[in-house]
Amino acid sequence: MKAISLWVAGLVSLPFAAHAQTEISWWHAMSGANGEVVEKIASDFNASQSEYVVKPVFKGTYPETLNAGIAAFRAGQAPDIMQVFDVGTGVMMGAQGAIKPVAEVLTEGGFTFDKSQYLAGIVGYYSSPEGEMLSFPYNSSSPILYYNKDIFEKAGLDVNTPPKTWAEVWAAARKIKESGAANCGYTSTWLTWIHTENFAAWNNLPWATNENGLAGTPELKIDGPLFIKHFQELADLAKEGVFVYGGRTSEAKQNFTSGECGILTESSGGLGDIVKSGMNYGIGQLPYDETAEGAPQNTTPGGASLWVMAGKSPEAYKGVAAFFNYLSQTPVQQFLHEQSGYLPVTNAAYEATKASGFYDKNPARETPILQMSGKTPTENSKGVRAPNLPQLRDIQNEEYEKMLAGQQTAEQALKNAVERGNAAIKQASGG
Amino acid sequence: MNRTVFPHKLLPWLLVTPQLAITVIFFYWPAAQAFRQSMLREDAFGLSTSFVGFSNFRRVLSDPNYLNALQVTVIFSILVAFCAMSIALFLAVQAEKIVRGKGFYRTMMIWPYAVAPAIAGMLWLFMFNPSFGTLAWPLRQLGIAWNPLLDGEQAMGLVVAASTWKQISYNFLFFVAGLQAIPRSLQEAAAVDGASRRHAFWTIVFPLLAPTTFFLLVVNTVYALFDTFGIIHAVTGGGPGKSTETLVYKVYNDGFVNLIMGDSAAQSVILMVIVIGLTAFQFRFIERRVHYG
Repeated sequence: MKAISLWVAGLVSLPFAAHAQTEISWWHAMSGANGEVVEKIASDFNASQSEYVVKPVFKGTYPETLNAGIAAFRAGQAPDIMQVFDVGTGVMMGAQGAIKPVAEVLTEGGFTFDKSQYLAGIVGYYSSPEGEMLSFPYNSSSPILYYNKDIFEKAGLDVNTPPKTWAEVWAAARKIKESGAANCGYTSTWLTWIHTENFAAWNNLPWATNENGLAGTPELKIDGPLFIKHFQELADLAKEGVFVYGGRTSEAKQNFTSGECGILTESSGGLGDIVKSGMNYGIGQLPYDETAEGAPQNTTPGGASLWVMAGKSPEAYKGVAAFFNYLSQTPVQQFLHEQSGYLPVTNAAYEATKASGFYDKNPARETPILQMSGKTPTENSKGVRAPNLPQLRDIQNEEYEKMLAGQQTAEQALKNAVERGNAAIKQASGG
Repeated sequence: MNRTVFPHKLLPWLLVTPQLAITVIFFYWPAAQAFRQSMLREDAFGLSTSFVGFSNFRRVLSDPNYLNALQVTVIFSILVAFCAMSIALFLAVQAEKIVRGKGFYRTMMIWPYAVAPAIAGMLWLFMFNPSFGTLAWPLRQLGIAWNPLLDGEQAMGLVVAASTWKQISYNFLFFVAGLQAIPRSLQEAAAVDGASRRHAFWTIVFPLLAPTTFFLLVVNTVYALFDTFGIIHAVTGGGPGKSTETLVYKVYNDGFVNLIMGDSAAQSVILMVIVIGLTAFQFRFIERRVHYG
């Protein structure tokens, strides 16, 4: 009897509890300092109003978060908001019934959604071919060049002029090694994202057909002559010991912070660790190939965006809309940008940061933004998309590793990567 | 022989129910799902599903990368099982000879077993990292071009060493127990007959250890095939190239990184068949030669 009355009491009180506050779950992959930013933004939003409660949950690395979200969706337990990294964008876009476009969520929530307020390069990447914004850009980054000023000085290089082109990087790296200023001249994280996808965009070369896959199923084009030349130079430098390979993702950052290598190309989001190491560093733009026509063009965004899952209640969507609206506000964006090294996503936030004098004190922090939005993107530089980008990157990494180990030339490596990649795309898109 | 007859019909079933439930929920159910999925072609979110019969299997078996993974697995498993068992046997025999501090040595030997595979992997990764590893530096001083990030054979050596190190404790424990079960009198008799220690070991101790060795062979094979995933994931991630990608790692990579569910399920079904076949083979042919005291 008591149990039944408790059950009834629970049933009666349930609607009231739901009415009081709607819970919005947000699965993310931000650890360390960036994780603290997530917690702060969520708790500030919760304090700013009383209708909704955003609950951020850390789900591990980017791929782990994506997998957790997919498994949860299959079990009917998907979160309301899920953070998905750039590489997973194609996967999410292919899942028509699993997601709800952000533009739709915002307009249904009663907010006017004006695309022109957002940085064009970023919004373009997260939009459907028809131009509808599908996910909310949360953290965007861009690859830049870092260099160790102490090592530059020891090697007799100009500490105030970072190398601008790849040829200059190779020359500086050789000088670092030959002068004995450091054991290794140059290292790089993410050969796929930086030396393949961004190399293509920055030098205005096609990465694949169909506007790099944004307009349809892509066919890889990364075995062009400039790619072959670039990778052969990299392979030769590896043989001389001037270039040191660190690993497939961001492992090479350690080779730089430990003072072993003088120059590094890495994401702008990696700045935190470099600052923390206490080294005397400088920042430059991502190098380009001076023989490429129109280079430098613009770089493409990396990082992650927030996806809204399908099949939720209207109240939940209203809450998500309110939260995204809050996220777009200038002070929030400015906080996010200044704390994390990621880029602001609205023009207003960028202007406000500029006006605050932040870039005068930290000129390097503007580099990734200028790189990404300095020029109107061409069809080679809006970003890359494939239904199976993680797999394509795996294939490229395998071929690059064989090349750097001296088992094959750059030409063979890139031809293999294109052949195997295209076969994988065909399978993934149901061919 | 008299057949034991239980008066109750229900009670025996009731008593084995928990075990049956565990087997059904954690073995038969997932295995059946893997079978089902291996015949389907499905996107990651499960939004569109179509039945494709055996075409996933056909594609997997004709994929040169799969054959490569098979080869890597065979080499890796034989090396790990052989090294882990022979080193453990050697250490167990040596530890038996110690007069003072036996307990201390044994405890130290068993210690690595308590380390989680992923953590063991990280330890080895840091010790042998080509740029800042504490043990990579002396290797380079010796004139070895140490770089497991690009050299496939070195990477294989590293994951074999890490996996072996992790398994030695377990094998050691069983070998010590096995050695203690061998009657002292047999060895003493051999000594009286003038057999050398080495001769006595190979003709008396080793054959009497056969049940333990056989048990460990089965366990180590399964360990090398499955439990080493964490170590490989942490140390090499299957690279460089595909030189340390084992069958289990490929199942994970195709399913959870590349999101090709059908291929991944087909591979796990093949793997299940391989393990069943291997264990059956071991029991059928090797166990015959095992002498249970």
